[in-house]
Amino acid sequence: MNLFVSIKFVLKILFAKKGRSFLTILGIMIGVAGVIIIIALGAGAKALVLGQVTKLGSNLLSVQPGKSNEKGPPAQMFGIVVTTLVNSDAQALRSTNQVPHASAVNANVLGKTTVTWRNKSIDTNFTATDAYYPKVVHVEMSAGRFFNAQENKSAANVAVLGSTVVKELFSHSAVNPIGQVIRVKSANSNIAGGVPLRVIGTVVSRGTAFFQDQDDQIIIPLKIGQQQLLGIHYLRTINIKVDSSANIQQTIQDIKNVLNRRHHIQTASEIDYTIRNMASAVALLSTITNALSLFLTAMAAISLLVGGIGIMNIMMATIGERTREVGLRKALGATNHTILKQFLLEAVILTTLGGLIGIIVGALVSYGLFLLMIHLGYDWAFVISPLSIILAIGVSILSGVLFGLYPALKAARLDPIEALRYE
Amino acid sequence: MSLIKISNLSKTYQSNGLSTPVLHQVSFEINEQEFVTIMGPSGSGKTTLMHILGFLERQSTGDYKFKGKNVENFDDNYLAKLRNEEVGFVFQAFNLLPRTTVLDNVKLPLLYSKKKNHDLLARKALESVGLGSRLNYYTNQISGGEKQRVAIARALVTNPAVIFADEPTGNLDSKSGNTVLYLLQQLNKQGRTIILVTHEAETANHAKRIIKIKDGAIISDQAVHKRVFATANTELIK
Repeated sequence: MNLFVSIKFVLKILFAKKGRSFLTILGIMIGVAGVIIIIALGAGAKALVLGQVTKLGSNLLSVQPGKSNEKGPPAQMFGIVVTTLVNSDAQALRSTNQVPHASAVNANVLGKTTVTWRNKSIDTNFTATDAYYPKVVHVEMSAGRFFNAQENKSAANVAVLGSTVVKELFSHSAVNPIGQVIRVKSANSNIAGGVPLRVIGTVVSRGTAFFQDQDDQIIIPLKIGQQQLLGIHYLRTINIKVDSSANIQQTIQDIKNVLNRRHHIQTASEIDYTIRNMASAVALLSTITNALSLFLTAMAAISLLVGGIGIMNIMMATIGERTREVGLRKALGATNHTILKQFLLEAVILTTLGGLIGIIVGALVSYGLFLLMIHLGYDWAFVISPLSIILAIGVSILSGVLFGLYPALKAARLDPIEALRYE
Repeated sequence: MSLIKISNLSKTYQSNGLSTPVLHQVSFEINEQEFVTIMGPSGSGKTTLMHILGFLERQSTGDYKFKGKNVENFDDNYLAKLRNEEVGFVFQAFNLLPRTTVLDNVKLPLLYSKKKNHDLLARKALESVGLGSRLNYYTNQISGGEKQRVAIARALVTNPAVIFADEPTGNLDSKSGNTVLYLLQQLNKQGRTIILVTHEAETANHAKRIIKIKDGAIISDQAVHKRVFATANTELIK
């Protein structure tokens, strides 16, 4: 009996019982859809993490005040205010003979602020930093320019706006933001009406980087932020751009030497700062996404197993119901081998159909997630790799053979006489 | 020419250490183009005999020669091939595939053969039993008599040497039964060997020869004196 005719015949049988066939393949379908979604999610997450890194720039080190485990959360997360990192620390780190591989160093403080232009007010974030910022963090101007060292030093009343701020403040009027004066206020500032700042530049949208919206912020000179908005003298972070990835470890050591000397640190327990390596943060994120993938893969595998057992169960019931049919087929000339082949083919066609539907469902769900992530502002990628499709089809065919074999063998071994007599 | 020759054939079923003898030392010969009824009350062993003759099971002892060859020497796969090519079965309960069209039911034996043009062969077989207009009906959409005619078409489609009919009229009203018997007589007239198994004397008399069997042994084997001829039914003409 040739394969094409057999497949046609089996399809007719399965199609005659559409409802049951569908329920039979549901388990496999969910399992395969799971596999596709997981692989797509893994690829999307990887693209996201890599995107975050390239956005901030590679070879980046970040010094934060307060001691914490390098891989644990920073002390600020617990509401602890650590004031040990100051502007002169950043100055010292810029000294080329002490930290030779630091190509740029910038100091930051961050905060929340209310920005007002004419009668429009919005709440946003500010990053108060120095003129080295564009050399450390990847930033592209859509209009105007970034403030220079002189403006920073003299605490000039200037500001650079992120794209979200531009949109929210200026999109309703045709006014060019450059040259406009905005007023900036924070909970700590006591200047009536806020600090007036002239907009000198706007930044191209960068999306999120390390899960912080880079567009919903204004960038202002360090002293404006420290003195006029926050009323502090210390820093939140110092970012250091290392000239090459090979020099990262050396640079970490150099930074430690400078800061230990400046902070009079003798023993390890006195260390009052933390150096974070962005590359290790990426590694940490990768570890998390990998663990998640593994967990979800295990779930998908269980779903495939349960689906497979479901197929076996229904095939067994089917063979019970179709005992007479098996007897008849044998009476009409079917050998044990052809009966085995027929039932195995039924199982494989069912699981393969389940697999194909699963691939489609999985792809659709992955695409939906992709749209959702994009909507949420993440740099997600929609990736359905050919490998995952081959894997899914392979797994569904294999589970058909695996779980169809026992019922098919049982059918093939039926005695034709017994089967014909079966009521 | 001799088609079937059995000598001293016995069959005993073994089950859970219990042996049940069904056939004892049965011997007869059936030639090509014969129309033979194997007749006996229920439990007499006639269906078992038909199953052995139709290669569905093997005898316990004795000889069975089909077309001069000893069946005992054939393996299971070869018996399946013989069932496909040399014999056709018509059962009391029709045994059609449910949720399947008439045409596909008739094509079923061809799936296991090397023959080509399945559609054409199945159509011809259905036309010969007067069901040319029912090809795409599902088996639950036709009457009992039509079902049995589909079964006859299925038995014919591989052009076998012999057709076994096991109580083919048992589930039918007399009119439909008459049509089935008419078809069997026509097939015999065209040169096909027919072996009919029944417990009804009236049905048996449609054959040319009756082998009576009781308690697994032959009690008589003789030609039918007053043969009954079934008449062509209007069902077949329309």
